[in-house]
Amino acid sequence: MTTLDLNGRALSVQSPDDTPLLWVIRDEFGLTGSKFGCGIGMCGACTVHVDDRPTRSCITAVGAVAGAKITTIEGLDPNGRHPLQTAWIELQVPQCGYCQSGQIMQAAALLKDYPDPTDEDINAVMAGNLCRCMTYVRIRSAIKLAASRMRGGSHA
Amino acid sequence: MTQPPVRAVAPANTIPFPLNIRFLQEGWKILFFRSGRYQPNASKSAEWNRGAYLAEGPSLCGGCHTPRNLLGAEKKSDAYAGATVDNWIAPALTDANPSPVPWTESELFSYLRDGVAPLHGVTAGSMSPVVHAGLSAVPDSDIRALAVYFADLDHAASRTGAIDAAVNTALAKSRLGSTQEYDPDAKLYAGACMGCHYNAGPTPLAARPELALNSALTLPEPTNFIHVVLNGIGIAEGGAGLVMPSYAAALSDADIARLAAYLRRTRTDKPPWTDIEKKIAAARMQRTSN
Repeated sequence: MTTLDLNGRALSVQSPDDTPLLWVIRDEFGLTGSKFGCGIGMCGACTVHVDDRPTRSCITAVGAVAGAKITTIEGLDPNGRHPLQTAWIELQVPQCGYCQSGQIMQAAALLKDYPDPTDEDINAVMAGNLCRCMTYVRIRSAIKLAASRMRGGSHA
Repeated sequence: MTQPPVRAVAPANTIPFPLNIRFLQEGWKILFFRSGRYQPNASKSAEWNRGAYLAEGPSLCGGCHTPRNLLGAEKKSDAYAGATVDNWIAPALTDANPSPVPWTESELFSYLRDGVAPLHGVTAGSMSPVVHAGLSAVPDSDIRALAVYFADLDHAASRTGAIDAAVNTALAKSRLGSTQEYDPDAKLYAGACMGCHYNAGPTPLAARPELALNSALTLPEPTNFIHVVLNGIGIAEGGAGLVMPSYAAALSDADIARLAAYLRRTRTDKPPWTDIEKKIAAARMQRTSN
């Protein structure tokens, strides 16, 4: 049986090994912050962290990540106050909001790799996260705001 | 003996005829097997000799990386020239290896120790258990010895001068696709791959395998590229904590073929791969029959 560390909780997975990680997260463990968008790893709405790296959970078989540390939007920050989350609210980034948990998880990983990202870095790393409401301009601003606060060491 | 005996039947020989006839192996051994002890090469260091002993003795590196003749014996004259094994390409370990950056001692060490060489890629296919199940029990000193031996075999030391230029060229290519794109192949790449594979520089990150430096893209056949796209890289396979999803159900043969052709065209200076779609279909058949 596959085990996972999901947002700090050690869990045994009942679903078969070829079940997409997203289904396990949403249906078996009831965490519905990660969304099903396209189902083929092309839109980014299902992005979670596997061992702190962003991964499209809709096409990742749960058996391929056995024993790994999985972080979803619910576990990104214990109080939901990750600098990206506060910047997201402050700049009123989302319109419909469906893509935002995937956007934030992808952006959180971007800022670990590149704490002071250029527009080009943001374009490249966020290219696989689609927003049908076209809020890309605000997404970029929120990433830059969060990045500057994280570099300053403040999580306000 | 403190345990009572148990009745047990030896498992049946499942090797197909005529290979299951034991005495035929005697003939093969007469032709190809040479019993012997490792003879140190006095002109090389003790570490080199340790690496050579490990490579040719217990590690059996040539079992996969040396091509075989029609009777299945390793062609000693072509040692480590690269071969096909379990439907994967085991690349050449000599200077015939086509990677843009030579396999230096440090690249070999980090690949054999951690499963990831930042300037080449991660372990996949049957090389994954070699590193993560086999060599993981071996001390650093032996991994270092293997790295010293193979870095000498591919003359990496004489080619280190070109590494910085090769990395810079690769990083310039890493940016392709990050601006407004009208090429549909580049768009497909940007949507499916770039979020994880893009590198800003000045050096590629180990957690962002740089495709413009990747070993699989420079091989003469797309075999390894296709397998990785179809199977992904599980948590137990590549570098620690690095996962790639399987795109088998996400991308059609035509899509994967477009990605393969696009990356080969834009990330390498090698001639295009041929019949990519047919090879993808064949690789899918191998997956379902395994």
